[in-house]
Amino acid sequence: MQLLFFNVFNGLLQGVFYALMALGLALILSLSSVINMAHGGFLIVGAYLAFTLTPYLGFWGALVVGPLLAGVFGLIVEQTLVRWLYKRPDPLYSLLLTFGLALIIQDLTRTIWGAQGLPAAVPEALNQPLSTTLFFITGYRMVILAITAVVTIGLYLTLRYTLVGIRIRAGTRDLETVASLGVNIYKLRALNFAAGCFFAGLAGALASGILGLTPPMGDSLLMPTFVAVIVGGVGSLAGAVLGGLLIGVAAGITTTYYPAASEAVIYLIMLVVLVIRPRGLMGKESIFE
Amino acid sequence: MSLGPAGFNRRHGILILLWAALITVPLWLPHVGGYSALGSKILIYGLATMGLNIVFGFTGGLSFGQAAYFGIGAYGAGLTLKFIAPSTPLAIIVGTLAGGLAATILGPLVMRRRGIYFAMITIAIGQLFYFVVVRWNNVTGGEDGLAGFERQPIHLGGYTLPLDQTRFYYLVLLCFTLGVILMRVLLHSPLGHTWVAIRENRRRMEFLGVRTDLYVWASFAIAGLITALAGTLNAMLFNFTSPQDLHWILSGDFVMMIVLGGMRNFWGPLLGTAIFVIAQDYLSSVTGNWMTFIGLIFVGIVLLFPKGLLGMVDRGARPA
Amino acid sequence: MGKRVTRREVLKAGLGAGALALGTPAILTYGQGEQTIKIGDIDPLTGNYAAEGESQIRGAKMAMAEWNAKGGVLGRKLELVVEDNASNAGISAQKAHKLIDQDKVAMLIGSVSSASALSITQVAHQAGMIFMVTGGHTDPITGSQCHWSTFRICTTTYMLAAGLAGTLHKKFGGKWYFLTPDYAFGHTLQESYQSLLKKLGGTDLGASLSPLGTNDFSSYLIKAASTNPDVLINLTDGQDRINSLKQAAQFGLFKKFAIGGGLSELEVLQALPPEARTGWATLEWWWDQPHTPHVKEWVAAYQKAHPDGSYPSARTWFGYAAMHSVALGITRAKSLDAVKVARVLEGMELPPEVKLQPNRVYFRAADHQLMSSEFPGEAIPDGKYPNIFKVSQIIAGDDVALPATATGCTLDYPA
Repeated sequence: MQLLFFNVFNGLLQGVFYALMALGLALILSLSSVINMAHGGFLIVGAYLAFTLTPYLGFWGALVVGPLLAGVFGLIVEQTLVRWLYKRPDPLYSLLLTFGLALIIQDLTRTIWGAQGLPAAVPEALNQPLSTTLFFITGYRMVILAITAVVTIGLYLTLRYTLVGIRIRAGTRDLETVASLGVNIYKLRALNFAAGCFFAGLAGALASGILGLTPPMGDSLLMPTFVAVIVGGVGSLAGAVLGGLLIGVAAGITTTYYPAASEAVIYLIMLVVLVIRPRGLMGKESIFE
Repeated sequence: MSLGPAGFNRRHGILILLWAALITVPLWLPHVGGYSALGSKILIYGLATMGLNIVFGFTGGLSFGQAAYFGIGAYGAGLTLKFIAPSTPLAIIVGTLAGGLAATILGPLVMRRRGIYFAMITIAIGQLFYFVVVRWNNVTGGEDGLAGFERQPIHLGGYTLPLDQTRFYYLVLLCFTLGVILMRVLLHSPLGHTWVAIRENRRRMEFLGVRTDLYVWASFAIAGLITALAGTLNAMLFNFTSPQDLHWILSGDFVMMIVLGGMRNFWGPLLGTAIFVIAQDYLSSVTGNWMTFIGLIFVGIVLLFPKGLLGMVDRGARPA
Repeated sequence: MGKRVTRREVLKAGLGAGALALGTPAILTYGQGEQTIKIGDIDPLTGNYAAEGESQIRGAKMAMAEWNAKGGVLGRKLELVVEDNASNAGISAQKAHKLIDQDKVAMLIGSVSSASALSITQVAHQAGMIFMVTGGHTDPITGSQCHWSTFRICTTTYMLAAGLAGTLHKKFGGKWYFLTPDYAFGHTLQESYQSLLKKLGGTDLGASLSPLGTNDFSSYLIKAASTNPDVLINLTDGQDRINSLKQAAQFGLFKKFAIGGGLSELEVLQALPPEARTGWATLEWWWDQPHTPHVKEWVAAYQKAHPDGSYPSARTWFGYAAMHSVALGITRAKSLDAVKVARVLEGMELPPEVKLQPNRVYFRAADHQLMSSEFPGEAIPDGKYPNIFKVSQIIAGDDVALPATATGCTLDYPA
């Protein structure tokens, strides 16, 4: 019983991480209807840049600047490649374009930094458990939790109370009307895409403290992120966070009883959700249905 | 393909040329830097993608989990050869039916959805099959793949036909031809036309009283059957199969091949497959950065040739 | 309109270039020349095992350079044709076909993952070509799925376990819990450790099977900790090992019980931050052997050829030994005929400047497995690269391998 409790708690912590990634993906999907298969690519860009900058800016400095640069990189990608796809209603094209982009990013990362794993480290103070029985609650994971919470709240406040946030929210409902009201939707979409990539880069920089820093690092994180977004509901940011937490807990529970299935169970959940209620837990009916 | 006036025309000419080229592959392929396993692989993947295109391009269902049926066919064939009987025809039949059966059983889950939801369901199904295959490692060999079987010579009456590279290529060509004939017949039948109509406007078809669900189901099942057939041949080409033959990344590659060649065109997938397989084979021998080039091809096709190469050529033709 | 014309031109140009390119032979070849003997090397340059693959290729190239400097093999220079399998077993088989049918290689070497090794052995066996497995560890390769055409350099999982089990038991105690990657390598390694544990009279507390490519090991580590082991036997390799050790360190588990066992590699040690770089494991070769002749010179030669500050790893040595073995086999058989070379390789001992370790290193005749040594030892947390591992002893392969009769291998020479 204690094992189950531990695993659920642990699953929540893992889910927080998925939520962070799902948030970025959902942001891009909701406003621009772009299925960003390169999300994992921006993740490793953030991670590698943070690692490279750490000797100069320290752990915390790099943690801020690395993801910001990933966001800038996302902006460049959006301006040069993605924005040509907005005119096309079929989401297939954004999927394939970003699929190809993911290959390019991973290969360039391997070329620049090498295939050998890099020893990304976490400050000594954070690198220990906060309690001996609940040893899986480490200082570092608390930091991840805190940062995700801050960023999520920050996003919520931005969307709720700032002008650009309101425009983005309106845009997810009806982009055409927003455009006809005189808002520059090109800038809006660019900013939105960059923000999504910032989230991915942040997730990557945080991940490199727990995972080995190698070019294929983002591959296995991509699909769970999509699952989280679908389960939570396409078009809902709160849903993305919820979806992330949910699949983290589900994976945790499964690991207690049948560890080998812990990855498969999230696909099972997605299957069930898609069959019963495709819009997910909190999604809105959209053009995708 | 447009049903032009009866009689010989340019399309027929191109088709005849195509078949002539395919039949003589073992003669000319080595001289242009190919090898017969490459030729077989192109036909096998071409069959898989043409099968996928029945549901993808002609019915409008974004199936991103087609590799599942490819893998089921492959494992079906391999397991048959390894555990049941050393018979190549039996392996082909078992694998193909297994894939078709899986697609038929799972069709109802898929048939009601559209767009990204259709895609994600197919991915979920694919990954679940992937998991089963990896976990059931006593039987399937798990992560390391299924080895220890070999394609067997075919016995016809009293004559034994050993399946070396060249003869196996002709077996692949035979199966490919049968698959193509089946697809051609289906796509030109009322069933096929209904599929296209569903693709164009599903809502309207529903208003007309058509049970679109059932048609999508049929399309999905047949696509699964044909892709599974390709899978059986793939397993026997390399005498090996592994979970990577079920993975969603392979599914994504299949989709790319279709889009590259042109998804509204019957032969589009074959062209796209040929280009993709050759590019990957050639580039990976020449540079360690081949992934960048493949990625650039993806990006380039999406931005510049979204209708695919044959889509560009066919620009004037009526929709299939 | 203008844009349409441009696209068509791009299309035509692309197709033309493609057709032209198809006729050009592979460029990823080294040591070209007339009348060369081509050796095909299928290794990952991209994907999950790219780091290991790179090391293996470097070793093979060094060996090739040495042979070519002395005039080659049978009077002909060696040429290494490298094909990237992208850490994918299916592509490995395809490339094997390509190397055999198109490039007309004489022999094949390579592979990092067991799956790739298995798929290539199938193709090689069917073509009657020797495949010298460089780095795939699963036992069946020289066991139940062995072939007359398959030879292997790296050690078997039983050898890995036998080299360390006793030390772990003596140092830390006999209550063991296993963290096992869920594929053949992990399964056979676990079985080997379990049988050895039984002989030592220890207690088997159970095992957690983690899928290959697991990111989050917390639940497995939680389970392991709940059993209160003396040692957590970590059998993961590569990425999984890096992830599990990093997380175990963060959970402070290294202070609770010993964590060790299994296979480690320089590529893995290098990727770990200091607090995770601790514990006992087995390596299959190590650069720092002050008492073994020729090693220092070889390391120096490696650094001259690769001035990027890196040191050769076990994988580098595998590639080096594989290429040398193939060249030696051809030279001694005075022929390229696969069966003749195979017979010569059986029992062949590697000369000191190739084996680069003490003990007798030779190919066992019954299963074609190279009896190379195990290097168990302890990782050094506060060491600076490359001094991040301390070898405790170098155990002869002979002493730790399963007897040939117990491997399940029956060689199937053609009649």
